[in-house]
Amino acid sequence: MTATGIGAPVRRKEDQRFVTGQGRYVDDFNRPGQAYAYFLRSPHAHAAIRSIDTGPALVMPGVLAVFTGDDLAADKIGGLICGWMIHSKDGSPMKAGPHPALAQDKVRYVGDHVAVVIAETLAQAKDAAEAIVVDYDVLPAVVETAEAQNSSVQVHDVSSDNTVFNWHLGDKDATDAAFAQAKHVTKIDLVNNRLVPNPIEPRAALGEYDPGTDNYTLYTTSQNPHVARLVLSAFIGVAPEHKLRVIAPDVGGGFGSKIFIYAEETVCVWAAKKVKRPVKWTSDRTEAFLSDAHGRDHVTRAELATDDSGKILGLRVHTIANLGAYLSTFSSSVPTYLYAPLLSGQYDIPAIYCEVDGVYTNTAPVDAYRGAGRPEATFVVERLVEKTARELGQDPAEFRRRNYITQFPHQTPVIMAYDTGDYAASLDKALELADFANFSERKRDSARRGRLRGIGFSSYIEACGIAPSQAVGSLGAGVGLWESAEVRVNPTGSVEVLTGSHSHGQGHETTFAQLVSDRLGIPIDQVSIVHGDTDKVQFGMGTYGSRSGAVGMSAIAKALDKVIAKGKKVAAHVLEAAEGDIEFKDGKFGVAGTDRALGFGEVALQAYIAHKFSGQDLEPGLKEGAFYDPTNFTFPAGVHICEVEIDPDTGVTTIERWTAVDDFGVIINPMIVEGQVHGGIAQGVGQALLEGAVYDQSGQLVTASFNDYCMPRAADLPSFQVDVTVTPCPSNPLGIKGCGEAGAIAAPPAVINAITDALGHEDISMPATPQAVWRAVRKAHMPMAAE
Amino acid sequence: MYAFEYHRPTSIGQAATLATEVEDVKFLAGGHTLLPTMKMRLAAPASLIDLSQIAELHGIERSAESITIGAMTKHAEVVNSSEIRESIPALAEMAELIGDPHVRHRGTIGGSVANNDPSADYPAACLALNATIITNKREIAADDFFQGIFTTALEEGEIITRVSFPIPSRAAYAKFRHPASRYALVGVFVAERGNDVRLAVTGAGADGVFRVPEMEQSLSRHFAPDALEGIIIPPEGMNGDIHADAAYRAHLVGIMARRAVQAAASRG
Repeated sequence: MTATGIGAPVRRKEDQRFVTGQGRYVDDFNRPGQAYAYFLRSPHAHAAIRSIDTGPALVMPGVLAVFTGDDLAADKIGGLICGWMIHSKDGSPMKAGPHPALAQDKVRYVGDHVAVVIAETLAQAKDAAEAIVVDYDVLPAVVETAEAQNSSVQVHDVSSDNTVFNWHLGDKDATDAAFAQAKHVTKIDLVNNRLVPNPIEPRAALGEYDPGTDNYTLYTTSQNPHVARLVLSAFIGVAPEHKLRVIAPDVGGGFGSKIFIYAEETVCVWAAKKVKRPVKWTSDRTEAFLSDAHGRDHVTRAELATDDSGKILGLRVHTIANLGAYLSTFSSSVPTYLYAPLLSGQYDIPAIYCEVDGVYTNTAPVDAYRGAGRPEATFVVERLVEKTARELGQDPAEFRRRNYITQFPHQTPVIMAYDTGDYAASLDKALELADFANFSERKRDSARRGRLRGIGFSSYIEACGIAPSQAVGSLGAGVGLWESAEVRVNPTGSVEVLTGSHSHGQGHETTFAQLVSDRLGIPIDQVSIVHGDTDKVQFGMGTYGSRSGAVGMSAIAKALDKVIAKGKKVAAHVLEAAEGDIEFKDGKFGVAGTDRALGFGEVALQAYIAHKFSGQDLEPGLKEGAFYDPTNFTFPAGVHICEVEIDPDTGVTTIERWTAVDDFGVIINPMIVEGQVHGGIAQGVGQALLEGAVYDQSGQLVTASFNDYCMPRAADLPSFQVDVTVTPCPSNPLGIKGCGEAGAIAAPPAVINAITDALGHEDISMPATPQAVWRAVRKAHMPMAAE
Repeated sequence: MYAFEYHRPTSIGQAATLATEVEDVKFLAGGHTLLPTMKMRLAAPASLIDLSQIAELHGIERSAESITIGAMTKHAEVVNSSEIRESIPALAEMAELIGDPHVRHRGTIGGSVANNDPSADYPAACLALNATIITNKREIAADDFFQGIFTTALEEGEIITRVSFPIPSRAAYAKFRHPASRYALVGVFVAERGNDVRLAVTGAGADGVFRVPEMEQSLSRHFAPDALEGIIIPPEGMNGDIHADAAYRAHLVGIMARRAVQAAASRG
């Protein structure tokens, strides 16, 4: 390992820029003549629009234009799309209602887009928006996930009972048979609470149109600018693909919410041409709460069948997944193919059957949020496994161990073929680091102080690097899920890597450069990573699902192999040796068995001056590209152990210890990986203890600001004990599995398992707020007490 | 935010005069309630009178009997005042629990007291310490000053200049923070001065800050947590929201009261 190569804890190259305020985010871009967009949003969760009078707004100072859904329709601008087709178990396609960028006839959630004002200043646009007169016929709303299918309220005409799809996976008959022969069946009812993503940078869009060239430019907060361009051109139709440049510059966090193609960027590009001015929109925090795609929101009933020795026989799951008022870009895939295939967890479960009802409600659209389906699956499996162990009177760790998959590859009954792993190794290490042996002593000590102590496990697995494209295509994906890279070597030997991945906090400028430094033997500061601009990078699928290492870097590795191969040809000519005799090692092209060698920079220069070979023999230049499509998902897995203490007087839960042992395969930068684990755990603890989006019965978002929506703070978290085990991933050339979502997937069941252990009963939901825990404590210890 | 007129007088007299001359006016202290409300277009005063440049409104004075704090004194100044730390440490500790560092370096005692947010910390301290609210017109006892949520004895155009706190023999504040906002979900301030014990609760009451006479009487006989045993705070009259319903808030009043008394009693 070199100081900047694979495995080195290199400090993040991009941090100097970020921590000194030199980052350039979408809102930092200002174009000559720029005007501002402000969206008039629905104050009602559900209403028919009788009429919209924009007249009073049009005469307000500074107003350039006011547009409604009719204007978009008149220009034949299509609606927003959902890019993953799900079929119900009867074979019918999912029921996708219309999703116009600006509402037509009806609004379906608070925050829905009614009209847009374009004005000289933002304040003028806001003033004018207040002058728009909308005549609403307010309708009753449906907000509760579990009630959607029985509600008299109908969100979309295409679905009479608000069901989007009734999908299933697994073998129902085999699962029924497994339950029929079970000695014990454990049942659990779970709610996976709705979350608001809350990246620190809110969404923003800046559209620009050049009438001379007929070119459009969109600066946008995107995790996948090429996908945004594809959707905006091919499906929504705001501009031809080759005429639209999408730039996603520095992006301040996404957590999934910036994967999707929203109304605002659509309107900004289109309106820029209409008003012949650049048009900028920047979300304020309230708008972010209302209109960023939310996460999770499942209601689940699950059952686990075991035999008399505690061996798992079968798993049955029924989930209702709230998809909100419209189908967001990838929403349909999250509670289906990103969820049910993970229900085998780390366990050898012979039979699994899962049914999922996706439902419409009058709430913000729900889509992928850090983990996307896998946290929901892990919560089901790990809560159920823990509860089963308790009911059987078995040690939860040993119950897990007894049921772990130990032979690889392993085909689960729910699509996935796990390639490699050593789950017991992670468990053993975690038990030791957590000092599990002395837990009961700590519990007694807590009890002496009047506190309740509990310990909870989470033996999670996830599937990252969603792939291969053929497989996801067969499951309904509208896109392929490969990645591209181009390695441009300059005559001076410095290197630019163009990647289709996108960094919005992950540290690609560092980790990707480490790979290049490692492979080419050049200093890391000789490497630039270029991403986030469709004019520079030819195409790419972007960053989500912890895929940038496993897929994005594999594409770079493949391109680097081609660069080295070409370099050998150049070196062979310069060194007057046979190409087969050239070895590339430690950054030098040498003739085997001699001391004759050229540095990487010398070969780069020779490639460009082309004095030592003819154009017939070899093309000048040193630039190679690659598209990489993996052969399988990757399967990061690990064990997290959470230890909590509860103050029974107040219900406050304190996390006393956190142990995480993860198997991410080969690690490029352990410091960045550890940071990802910390952040993921923080988000998972947020879901378990603090965060929850709450709509009231009328569909108003009660938690629409940080005054009511509780984000995790540093003081809510302990110092983490983080370690790894390593089984290299066999399905990509680097052995990488991915780490970006693990903490958020692992953490919620670990916390709730610890709390239920402390309480001595299972009756607590997320978020386990002090009030909820206080009630649960009273239920456990004072069953007769009046509340 | 809508457009507004902005005034920045340098004396209390100027400020008071402006307030009578200008239409639809609000005084601006730390601005931590007013400015966000204006930014969200929920408030739209025609004029703001910024009190920050009035020297008379700043500063902390200590006498043998009391601590007097200028209305525009920031929370962080109270936290860091050695005079307050020595004489009424509970007051400095309370100020340290307000919001976060940003809030404590902008928010002021006068702004907090004048706003009388039902979840603010200062009203509990004022009431329990038997403070006097001093304005440009008169002196008002804390018992008379706080008159229900966001309601005070202040008249139109009246400006708080100082708040005077008699030094107690011992006092403490126990706060259960709202998980998200860090306001008081329930905050209990208890103070003993001679045989007089006062205990005030913020965050919990539907009508804002209130005293608990039953607890005060029991504590004046025996200043220890066990003096509160058997005193049940009923949920009637308590606030309720998604974070804490009335029953939970009522329960927390008892718990926080015991913790405040414990902390004060341990001061000797």
